[in-house]
Amino acid sequence: MNFEIQEMLETIRMVRTENLDIRTVTMGINLRDCADSDFDKMKQKIYDKITHYAKDLKPVAEKVAKEYGIPIINKRIAVTPIADLLGNATKEQAVELAKTLDRAALVLGIDFIGGFSALVHKGIAKGDQVLFDALPEALASTERVCASVSVGTTKAGINMDAVRQLGEIIKETAERTKDQSGLGCAKLVVFCNPVEDNPFMAGAFLGSGEGEVVLNVGVSGPGVVLNALKRYPDADLGEVAEIIKKTAFKITRAGELIGREVAKRLGVPFGIMDLSLAPTNAMNDSVAEILEEIGLERVGTHGTIAALALMNDAVKKGGAMASSYVGGLSGAFIPVSEDNGMIRGIEEGALSLSKLEAMTCVCSVGLDMIAITGDAPASTISAMIADEAAIGMINKKTTAVRVIPVPGAKEGDMVEFGGLLGRAPVIGVNPFSSEKLIRRGGHIPAPLQALGN
Amino acid sequence: MNERRKKAIVSVIGKDQVGIIAKVTNVLANRNINILDISQTILQGYFTMMMVIDVTNLKDLESLQQELNELGKSIGVVITVQREEIFQAMHRV
Repeated sequence: MNFEIQEMLETIRMVRTENLDIRTVTMGINLRDCADSDFDKMKQKIYDKITHYAKDLKPVAEKVAKEYGIPIINKRIAVTPIADLLGNATKEQAVELAKTLDRAALVLGIDFIGGFSALVHKGIAKGDQVLFDALPEALASTERVCASVSVGTTKAGINMDAVRQLGEIIKETAERTKDQSGLGCAKLVVFCNPVEDNPFMAGAFLGSGEGEVVLNVGVSGPGVVLNALKRYPDADLGEVAEIIKKTAFKITRAGELIGREVAKRLGVPFGIMDLSLAPTNAMNDSVAEILEEIGLERVGTHGTIAALALMNDAVKKGGAMASSYVGGLSGAFIPVSEDNGMIRGIEEGALSLSKLEAMTCVCSVGLDMIAITGDAPASTISAMIADEAAIGMINKKTTAVRVIPVPGAKEGDMVEFGGLLGRAPVIGVNPFSSEKLIRRGGHIPAPLQALGN
Repeated sequence: MNERRKKAIVSVIGKDQVGIIAKVTNVLANRNINILDISQTILQGYFTMMMVIDVTNLKDLESLQQELNELGKSIGVVITVQREEIFQAMHRV
């Protein structure tokens, strides 16, 4: 036999008891050829194109998952940033287009479709402004549509006029979805240095450098890493990194095999593997618990950044060894509401908003799925976005903000978002104002790091 | 490449009892599936068996999975069938 029984058991155990899964197969679909001066025609073309390319996505992914015995949790779609198509549209039409995307996702049995997006890191074009104006209503009146906005890059600096508007958009979205605790905001990500091939929601869109259609895959496995570490309670940190690296290697190999098979059967090119440790609320499927296993009493205490940096880097090294097509965000996600360990850290007072900010310096993405008090002013939210964008810009990495100012909620309340989005303890924001900084507007110039040529 | 045999791995894990192998191989024989390799051991008190089977001409892996799942339930063991490539990918460079 080619394999040892132990090896086979390891694979089976990873799936059955450690939550190894392919988190998402995300089909990117380019919509630029759907542009039309007649809005109704454009809408129809978009609907037809999405439902044509993705019609077999769900059944094929499910079949492959069964054959290989590794579950594929989510099947999703990412499209061209919609703002690129909205130059001649009105706000009402933009909302209508969001509903069209929502309907396409519903028909295909897809839970999220990403790409109701605008890239405004240098300036806001006509279509971008239309999308901004439509965002609160679009997010409130659709279920499956995810939006994202790029407000800064290392090359371009930070567009603070866009940052100011987004603070207001987030507040209004929360208000419009207040009967669901501001859930609309969970579908809006504000990025610095976004990647064009990210398969993970809510921030997935198909960048302009991408092809006609592509299949990107996101694997995950905090549970597998956690269990691997538990078997070596006394290893030193170099060995800990090695264990994480080896585990990430195996997860990535499994993910790429399955991603390529799904792509082959759908007849579309395979894009990239995004190896991100993305937690879920399932028992032991937590990034925070990995950090605690490394040696913290609670996530958020001193040493958290060091442990996270070690883990994030080891994950990347394992992934890069396993596949030549690693892309997307590839690192660790630290969404609060989707990670039981993070939730506990906040509830017990170990983890704070400032520590979360610091953590975003050493792992992928940023302030993610954090519920804040409903009375936080728009300018404070804008300033949080500006801080994260600055971290991303200076460190040449992706950062993002997905915060939910929960209407009526006070610090310490617990809000339920339901399903994959989980639940979150409400955090208070700094009571001192950032109003003047935001009111100044303008552009934070590209940093010295941009001058690499 | 295309002529290569397609293989799957059947794993059976559970409490040891009389006739497990007979029952599993019976299902395979009824479907005319050839067994290429077989290995069994007792691990921490559990009966553990791995079989490599030839599925080159098998149209419907799913119905085999279903039948073996049901068999597993009826005799109190866990039976999985997975394409071999997944083990290849994870454990061999």
